[in-house]
Amino acid sequence: MTQDMARTTAPVPNGKLNIQLNGNNFKNANCKKNGYHNKAQKNSTAHSAGPPSSRQRFQRPESFENPPMYVAVMTYLGFGIVTLFGYFRDFLRAVGLEKCHIAREREEQKDFVPLYQDFENFYTRNLYMRVRDNWNRPICSLPGPVFDVMERVSPDYNWTFSLTGKTIDDVINMGSYNYLGFAENDGDFLKTVADRTQQYGLGVCSTRQEMGNLAIHEELEQLVATFLGVESSMIFGMGFATNSMNIPALVGKGCLILSDELNHTSLILGARLSGATIWVFKHNNMQSLERLLREAVCSGQPRTHRPWRKVLIMVEGIYSMEGSVVRLPDIVALKKKYKAYLYLDEAHSIGAVGPTGRGVTELFGLDPSDIDVMMGTFTKSFGAAGGYIAGKKELVDYLRSHSHSAVYASAMSPPVTEQILRAMKCIMGLDGTTVGQARVHQLAENTRYFRSRLQEMGFIIYGNDDSPVVPILLYMPGKVVAFSRAMLKRKIGVVVVGFPATPITEARARFCLSAAHTKAMLDQVLFDLNELGDDLCLKFSRRKYSPRPQQHNNNDDTDFELDS
Amino acid sequence: MDFKYLKEYLGWLYYQYLLITGIYVLEPWEQSIFNSVFFSSVAMVIYTSYAFVPVHVRLALNSLVQALLCH
Repeated sequence: MTQDMARTTAPVPNGKLNIQLNGNNFKNANCKKNGYHNKAQKNSTAHSAGPPSSRQRFQRPESFENPPMYVAVMTYLGFGIVTLFGYFRDFLRAVGLEKCHIAREREEQKDFVPLYQDFENFYTRNLYMRVRDNWNRPICSLPGPVFDVMERVSPDYNWTFSLTGKTIDDVINMGSYNYLGFAENDGDFLKTVADRTQQYGLGVCSTRQEMGNLAIHEELEQLVATFLGVESSMIFGMGFATNSMNIPALVGKGCLILSDELNHTSLILGARLSGATIWVFKHNNMQSLERLLREAVCSGQPRTHRPWRKVLIMVEGIYSMEGSVVRLPDIVALKKKYKAYLYLDEAHSIGAVGPTGRGVTELFGLDPSDIDVMMGTFTKSFGAAGGYIAGKKELVDYLRSHSHSAVYASAMSPPVTEQILRAMKCIMGLDGTTVGQARVHQLAENTRYFRSRLQEMGFIIYGNDDSPVVPILLYMPGKVVAFSRAMLKRKIGVVVVGFPATPITEARARFCLSAAHTKAMLDQVLFDLNELGDDLCLKFSRRKYSPRPQQHNNNDDTDFELDS
Repeated sequence: MDFKYLKEYLGWLYYQYLLITGIYVLEPWEQSIFNSVFFSSVAMVIYTSYAFVPVHVRLALNSLVQALLCH
């Protein structure tokens, strides 16, 4: 029952490979919730077990509202027309009426085996290139709550760019993963970082296993373990590499990986590199996961029917394209029932959710020792770079000698390590101030405010009300481009994402809120969004705004108990 | 005064048309090609329906009535 995953080879503007869309073709004007249909307003019968906070979490709605039918029709129409013109332009290029800017073989090599496959790049050549001034914009300042963007012009419709030399100053930054505002260059805050740079220098010039194991690394590992409430942790120099280099060390051939539909490319790459069998379950859908688990336990490995050596469930804390939060209590209950392991990637949720910023385990009130492998990155909430894996001491000790990243990759640089140390101490309150806690609360405030105002205005927003990642659905390719350009003209920098990082009909603009955003900035952004929403006709939501979140029935026909 | 608002409104409608059909991302000469093809086909549809639909409908009704009468 291996399910093949569709792949694209086009460049992913945001580094995320979206595998498959659960078809949104149900003729419901109501919102479809997490793969369940919205049955008529049943009162949610709370789960019989579980701490009160986790019961509340179950009733927090995550909405994935469907747009009106005409929106989907118009999106396909837009793509169809641009595709036709793409064929037309390709024809002109082939005939020679138009100069070809893309890579071509030399005249002498035309008879050889082709080096460049023309059709594979059709989408890149004919749609992405036309509008690529909306991505890769060069920034010339710190990516804090406001930043400076360099202005660039293109004489030949975005095939080449040239900088004019002028900068667009004080653009409000709604795209950086700066959740707690630690991307700052204030001299006072960075004093310890400067001291460590004086002490250790910048380069480590070795791997962790050889000569690169500095005392500061051990200090950080202990702090991370204390922060998360686990026995031990290990840090790595690069967040993406933490996933892709460590999953092969944990699972191998004969193991089974159950991975969520919308997992990040790093998790998928790690899973593929490991050589284990990969089954994909629908996004956040516990019935799908349970069905796969039962199948795994009952039938075992494909031909021999031996039991799987290991079953590993891979999920993320917050999915950055949707803004949805994983249903962790359900997954922990399932894993205990079917004896599987859980790998939780908290890249976006560590530091950003939870009353004290400890991530989704704290959000749901769970015991951190329930999760076998906790992984996270320092890029987002801590303003540094790198990742960690935390869990039991045996696990981390095993990874110290068996992980590719530990053995071959260069260790984390000292100033970066010190930045993480100071950020984490700030969040935990160990530096004697309440700045960290204030930031966590400010982020939660900003998230609540921003999301509720956007829903009031009538935009379609995906995701959980707690997540600081807010995707606004734009759908049509023309509107996506116009939106990005118009926002930059109003001095707001946003990230827009389209195919292939998202399903083809669901292009979106993704806002990442930060604790460093003041209410004035958010009000400015909301005001501009309101105007643009009217100007470009982006307010597709047909839900009437209600002051309280709707109660939905979550536990349709799942047959597991939570009190394990 | 009204004329200026009308012009602005028509400009906004044209902008919406560009966005919805996806023409917005194309170069100006491509937009002209698409616009000419689209509007000429719309014009042809309108002319055809004006010139032929009443005649066809009347003929169809006649034959229907005759068929019913002959029975």
